[in-house]
Amino acid sequence: MDFRLTDERQMLQDSLRRYLTDTVTPDGIAAATDGEAGFDRTVWDGLVEMGVPAALFPEEQGGFGGAGFDLMVVFEELGRAGLPAPLLETVLVGSLASSEDLIAGQVATLAHAEPSSRYDLSHVETRAEQADGAYQLTGRKAVVPYASATETLLVSARLNDKIALFQVQPDAVQMRDYPLNGGGRASEIMLDGAAAQLVQEDAMDALHTAFARATAAQCAEALGLMEAIKALTVDYLRNRKQFGQPIGKFQALQHRMADVLIEIEQARSAVINLCGHLDGPERDLHVSATKNLIGRTAKLVVEESIQMHGGIGMTQEYALGHLAKRLTMVDHRFGDADHHLERFIRLAAA
Amino acid sequence: MDLSFTPDQQAFRAELRAFLNENLPARLSDKVRRGLRLTKQDYEDWHAILNARGWLGVNWPVEHGGTGWDAVQRHIFEEETTAAHAPRIVPFGIAMLGPVLMAFGNDAQKAHYLPRILNGDDWWCQGYSEPGAGSDLANVQTTAMRDGDHYVVNGQKTWTTLGQHANMIFCLVRTSKEGKKQEGISFLLIDMNTPGVEVRPIVLIDGEPEVNEVWFSDVRVPVENLVGEENKGWTYAKYLLTHERTNIAGVGFARAGLSALKRIAGEQMDGGKPLIQNPFFAAKVAQVEIDLMAMATTNLRTIAAAAAGQAPGAESSMLKVKGTVIRQTINALTRQAVGPYAAPFVSEALDEGSNVEPVGPEAAMPATQAYFNNRKLSIYGGSNEVQRQIISKAILEL
Repeated sequence: MDFRLTDERQMLQDSLRRYLTDTVTPDGIAAATDGEAGFDRTVWDGLVEMGVPAALFPEEQGGFGGAGFDLMVVFEELGRAGLPAPLLETVLVGSLASSEDLIAGQVATLAHAEPSSRYDLSHVETRAEQADGAYQLTGRKAVVPYASATETLLVSARLNDKIALFQVQPDAVQMRDYPLNGGGRASEIMLDGAAAQLVQEDAMDALHTAFARATAAQCAEALGLMEAIKALTVDYLRNRKQFGQPIGKFQALQHRMADVLIEIEQARSAVINLCGHLDGPERDLHVSATKNLIGRTAKLVVEESIQMHGGIGMTQEYALGHLAKRLTMVDHRFGDADHHLERFIRLAAA
Repeated sequence: MDLSFTPDQQAFRAELRAFLNENLPARLSDKVRRGLRLTKQDYEDWHAILNARGWLGVNWPVEHGGTGWDAVQRHIFEEETTAAHAPRIVPFGIAMLGPVLMAFGNDAQKAHYLPRILNGDDWWCQGYSEPGAGSDLANVQTTAMRDGDHYVVNGQKTWTTLGQHANMIFCLVRTSKEGKKQEGISFLLIDMNTPGVEVRPIVLIDGEPEVNEVWFSDVRVPVENLVGEENKGWTYAKYLLTHERTNIAGVGFARAGLSALKRIAGEQMDGGKPLIQNPFFAAKVAQVEIDLMAMATTNLRTIAAAAAGQAPGAESSMLKVKGTVIRQTINALTRQAVGPYAAPFVSEALDEGSNVEPVGPEAAMPATQAYFNNRKLSIYGGSNEVQRQIISKAILEL
């Protein structure tokens, strides 16, 4: 039992935190979200140069990490910086297809969810049809992150009653691109007989693994966001004066903040649990336990931090708003707290 | 980062399990599992069994007859003993006074009292709280006036847990009214058979006389019963409280409670199906289970830090708040689970071998009593509000 980072991970954390502190700014995030790609290419290139994508994959996939705790270190720092970047997509796509180009910095994304699938991984209406040895996909994909900037587009579709994975040229589909709450961009994708290359015929297990890994990464990102919000809020409680004293002297706020701190420590433990079990037999139970707890805690941290800030917490200009929105959106991807509570009950009873 | 236990720790767990299998009397584990009343003799029997194996002084160093276990081993011991439904080790002598005497007692006190704690000659109780000194513990008013070779003690202690079984009490007494209120407190050991000591039971809302008032009228206590220096008692008291807080998260109790809750909710029928299949109820159980999974790891993080030599600090306040809230939630759900049979209260049925039949399912009354009894968890040992205050000061620096 040891909860310290290895020297390598500690170095990765330190250098990543330094790099992101130096390069990520609220203005940069806003500009990138308004821009075409939805993320800052310069910051991205820097991350690639530091070997951040390589940390997400094991040696046999060309990386130097790939364990749950590697994901935790990287994504907690991304969260702390509030940086929108297509790195969760790297985790997803790298679990399903070759990671070589991803490690070199290629932007890739997975189009799986559909307008009526909500969080059900097995709900796929998009169809694949085979004609003259070639595949064609028809259907619609929902909220596909960074699709407009992607170089590799993986698409899931039904093929002979199985869910299969295909690669599609991004210019072979129609996209409606839009900005996201909390930064970054995504697209609705319309496939109308789009030409596709088969990647995997029966991909359901692989999709479960990919989503488990991405959920762990996203939960770590949420933890980083919580830490950043906590730091802002504690700072504000110490410095904001009303009634002639710092508002942090008021017990009503002290106790609320203490509870926020306790719950963030719980969230950290939950992320550790998931990352430690990511390659074990109880993976999915831990995915759902952790995602449920993160979803609940995110809501608490967001609502309490805005409340304790008062009016300034409502403004777009102040740093809290971006972090709070980004943290709120965590519950809207890979299943919300209720979805995972129900799944946890099912898995625990099995 | 590594969530697994070392081979040595796993071997230690196996050794504990084998020991419990062989030496924990079924009579005792059965009573604990069923939530029956434990007698003084039950506790003494269990202490003697552990002491015979050298495992009673769980948090004591080897030189004083303790186990010398590190924080991780103590955690494993707690996990295994609660999972096996062993009675708890009565904390007042072992967990609380022992470490204070080792740190601040003189050689004669250590030589006299420590072995008596282990072999069961003394049953200690804690004389800290007073009617006017609850969360504000430093406000103790019980006085000890020097008179020759004795202190003369007058005043009242309260919430003295299991004081009815005790022959000795360690007390915070006021030896000076000068300076800050923390500065005039001394730590005194009092024989409860001394004339002028009177114990009056307080019946709690679960119907049990678990705690007592202890009254002192001109009680003459030999000066050699003073621990450490006069007026330095507050330092020793705080030291004791940090030891009181080991295992404060109560992970083992929570796990045992959760598995009982699941068993009961699997037996109770609701609309023709086991209650645990009611989605609303199942959701509440699952949520507290998820909280407990995280809290167990928060606890291990603290233990790992302690095993690496870090002193337990305000982290124990986080564990106190979260741990007690989780246990109380489990207690509330268990009470809810037994339905209408939460209402009947037939006290005699809680006695071992009682010929009074429980009303309804056997689990019903203990579930309700545990719910009421464990409202204490967020009050004692520094109320959860006091813990939030500590967190706010020590961690958040507000």
